[in-house]
Amino acid sequence: MYYTNILEYLEATAPRCPDKTAFSDGVDYMSFSELYASSRAIGSFLCERGYYREPVVVLMNKHPSAIATFLGSIYAGCFYVCLDAEMPERRAQLIFESIKPRVVIYDKKNRHRAEKLPDSFEKVLYDDIVNYPENTHALAGVRARQLDTDPIYIVFTSGSTGIPKGVAACHRSVIDYTETLCEAVGFDENTVFANQTPLYFDAPLKEIMPTLKFGATAYFVPKQLFMFPVKLCEYLNEHRINTVCWVVSALVMISSLGALEKTPPKYLTKICFGSEVFPLAQYKKWREAYPNAEFFNLYGPTEATGMSCYWRADRELSDGEPIPVGRPFRNTEILLIGEDKKQVADGEVGEIYIRGTCVTLGYFRNKEKTDEAFVQNPLNDAYPELVYKTGDLGRYNSHGELVFVSRKDSQIKHMGHRIELGEIEAASLTCEDIRQSCCVYDDENKKIVMFYTGEAEETEIFKYMRGLLPKYMLPARCIKLPQMPLTPNGKLDRKGMREEAKALNI
Amino acid sequence: MDKLIEILSDLHPDIDFESEDGLVDNGILDSLDIVTLITEINDKFDVSIPAEEIIPENFNSVQALFALIEKLDEE
Repeated sequence: MYYTNILEYLEATAPRCPDKTAFSDGVDYMSFSELYASSRAIGSFLCERGYYREPVVVLMNKHPSAIATFLGSIYAGCFYVCLDAEMPERRAQLIFESIKPRVVIYDKKNRHRAEKLPDSFEKVLYDDIVNYPENTHALAGVRARQLDTDPIYIVFTSGSTGIPKGVAACHRSVIDYTETLCEAVGFDENTVFANQTPLYFDAPLKEIMPTLKFGATAYFVPKQLFMFPVKLCEYLNEHRINTVCWVVSALVMISSLGALEKTPPKYLTKICFGSEVFPLAQYKKWREAYPNAEFFNLYGPTEATGMSCYWRADRELSDGEPIPVGRPFRNTEILLIGEDKKQVADGEVGEIYIRGTCVTLGYFRNKEKTDEAFVQNPLNDAYPELVYKTGDLGRYNSHGELVFVSRKDSQIKHMGHRIELGEIEAASLTCEDIRQSCCVYDDENKKIVMFYTGEAEETEIFKYMRGLLPKYMLPARCIKLPQMPLTPNGKLDRKGMREEAKALNI
Repeated sequence: MDKLIEILSDLHPDIDFESEDGLVDNGILDSLDIVTLITEINDKFDVSIPAEEIIPENFNSVQALFALIEKLDEE
């Protein structure tokens, strides 16, 4: 079948296995037929209210109803923007300003948050629309005009200027992602996923899309379980989870605290990881515990629809060898481009550019940032062809596998989250009592450290920044200096401060 | 106990650990904190916390955590 709309996955699966559980949080279960009916009800409501080709903000907890709301938005020809239920108000406000939504759908647990939002847009409680009568005619009308180049979601990533950037992705990119990811990793109708990543990222597409395509099942694991390894493993066993696609730190939490021996997850056959460097000792523990499971390292930016490359762990790694990111999915090409805008020689380091249907539409209402990152293919001067410039440096190893080397700029990966250190600095500088600040990342101890000058005390800064930034972006320590160290050119001496942070060994 | 409060204060300088009894329930500690805590306790108290003791009840307050360390120390 040739898909042009991601809803076609649901429409093919729902009649095939109507009563099977599609999504669950372990307490509530939603079958494919319920998901189909709820999505169409929400879509009908949005249609009749006149929402079309515009963002629908979803202010809901990680729950099957959120997925119905995502799909309902797409049924109406709109695109969903999921906001973390725990997102600090200031960040949510910046996102609202940048997308200017007219409608927000929230669940009961987020009622108090919805009430605090300005009254400039319609606020709808999920429970009030989930049984809305289906308007088959209106939905068909939307579908007739829907193209595979229309956006289906916006996902926000950290921006260096302090303003988050919204990546808009279309049906075609997500279909390409779904087909090639499923083919490479080999999901099927027997796959039972345990989702770990929050719904406001593109990462949960790894569970959502194969579930819709095959009629698999995905469980949303309660966040708190990721602090308590034995309870987490018991949860995996209770629900017979056979597939996890998690950030490395979640896997490491299980292996480093002894839970692999105590309560090993019994049903795991596929273990995908990514977003961070996997400490080799912990990686080996997992490999030894699951000699027959398949392991995949996944790599890719949100701007290229989440996943671009994969490495199947089918060989032993030599000591000190980084886990490769491998090769691109079918229908995606990786270019390694040097300073001279030409392809680098074999084995040399270059910036990773991504080419293909996976390249998303760009940053929503942000032409300037879009033009910086979504650029003409430097190897093609014959016709227009946009590629995505990742800012990641990579090289090919002797096996012909792509290896991630480092970031080009100040963007870091911390706890699986992509963070612009500049965004933390920008937030801190809105505090009256801070004059200057510089954030560095101690990659040995995995800590963000902020140096600053000004009257502010550390505890006061923490209290202040908690209201501005998600928890994972808060520095581990804020260290006051009489003056900021500068380079001979008068710029902040970031390298020196990074060394200083490492020496402090926080 | 002071040594334990010192470890916790390094993680969250703005929390009054002596009075807080909802470190897990109120979402103060996250998964990275738990991993760091367990490593630090291992180093500074010379006890290793077995996987089955890593449960919310033992991490909700300084008092609970300290009681766990004392219990493990006696064993």
